[in-house]
Amino acid sequence: MEYVITFILAIVSSMLIDNVVLSRFYGICPFLGVSKKVKSSLGMGLAVVFVIVMATLICYPLFMLLKLAEIQFMDTVAYILVIASLVQLVGLFIKKFSPSLYKSLGIYLPLITTNCAVLGVVQTNSDKAYTFWEALANGIGTSVGFLLIIVVFSCIRVRLESSNTPKAFKGLPIALITAAIMAMALFGLKGLFSGINLGL
Amino acid sequence: MAKEKGYTKNNFLKGIIAENPLFVSILGTCPALATTTSLEAAIGMGILFTIVLLCSSVLVSLLRKVIPDEIRTPAYIVIIATFVTIVKMFAQAFLPALYSTLGVFISLIVVNCIVLGRAEAYASKNGVFDSFIDALGMGLGYTLAILVMAFFREFLGTGGFTIGAVLPITDKAYTLQIIPEDYAISLFQMPAGAFIVFGIILAVLAFIKNRKAEKKAALEKLEKQRKAEEAKKAAAAAAAQQVAEGGNK
Repeated sequence: MEYVITFILAIVSSMLIDNVVLSRFYGICPFLGVSKKVKSSLGMGLAVVFVIVMATLICYPLFMLLKLAEIQFMDTVAYILVIASLVQLVGLFIKKFSPSLYKSLGIYLPLITTNCAVLGVVQTNSDKAYTFWEALANGIGTSVGFLLIIVVFSCIRVRLESSNTPKAFKGLPIALITAAIMAMALFGLKGLFSGINLGL
Repeated sequence: MAKEKGYTKNNFLKGIIAENPLFVSILGTCPALATTTSLEAAIGMGILFTIVLLCSSVLVSLLRKVIPDEIRTPAYIVIIATFVTIVKMFAQAFLPALYSTLGVFISLIVVNCIVLGRAEAYASKNGVFDSFIDALGMGLGYTLAILVMAFFREFLGTGGFTIGAVLPITDKAYTLQIIPEDYAISLFQMPAGAFIVFGIILAVLAFIKNRKAEKKAALEKLEKQRKAEEAKKAAAAAAAQQVAEGGNK
């Protein structure tokens, strides 16, 4: 039971307190690029969740193999290949089952490969020598945190479009200021789990 | 291949100003926000980044006729990842303080859109020398851009600058305190500060750009008015001449 609670807490912690986008700065490119519409940001977020969780599951045993062969230094190269092929797979999958989503995601889909969040999670898992469950919690928490933030952010951005901002701040600058305020809000949650050792 | 004069110079300069990867193309934002808490970390990041960009651009350019078109992206990524691994090991061995400060962001140079973007957009189509110059310009442009961000963040966040803590320039860390520490705004050292600084820099650039466009538009309008007036005058003169000629007849 205790393990389950720690697992869930670890997910919440990496989802909200150490949020990928707003405190670890992974995946800023899609965060700024795809968040103009709620629907496409939802699709992007879900695709990222799938890719990150799958990549975590595949790369964990892969790192064990690399360790066995004593070529751990090849980890980055191996991870990026796994991620690139996973993204290709997700692309084919979405194309088959939801052509409309495929159309709206279009150019952004290949960009998941270069989304730092994916490589960031996998690399952190092996750099910090997480156990399998810690790695999985990190993967789920990070990706769901990304989904959450990108959807919330896109809702705000839709309203920003029609609001009366100074001309110089139109578009990206005001979006960045908005992100800053969101980061401050999440920073307020920092002390939430201070009493519990998460092993993270 | 005959190139117009000044091509190399423009090729180099475009990466620094007109096509600055961070401030104009908004690429490579992740490390720009994450590693700019101090000037030194930004310098270190910029140097490592430039090395990776230079090496991968040159190699991609050398192999541009060998790599089949269909698999070029994975091939480029493997090339980039290889250089990143080399740079990472180099940093781990010779710059341990920098390695631990930048942490996972050294590995993340692999997925920095600028490196792949330059390989895809420039090095795969141009010769080795041009690619080298392009990569040098882009790398320096990016380094300067993150230095600007780090300057504001370190100055406002800690009230001064520290030398020797991350890079082994001096044997001991020296701090130049300009504003007393009690008055420093530590928010700028935090993630929120990174977003604010980046947002405000972009807004200032947009302001300057708008200003220039407005000035240009105003000048063009004036020019148009002047031309219209001239045309009117010419027409009037012609009409007067015609009248005069008519009177003569």
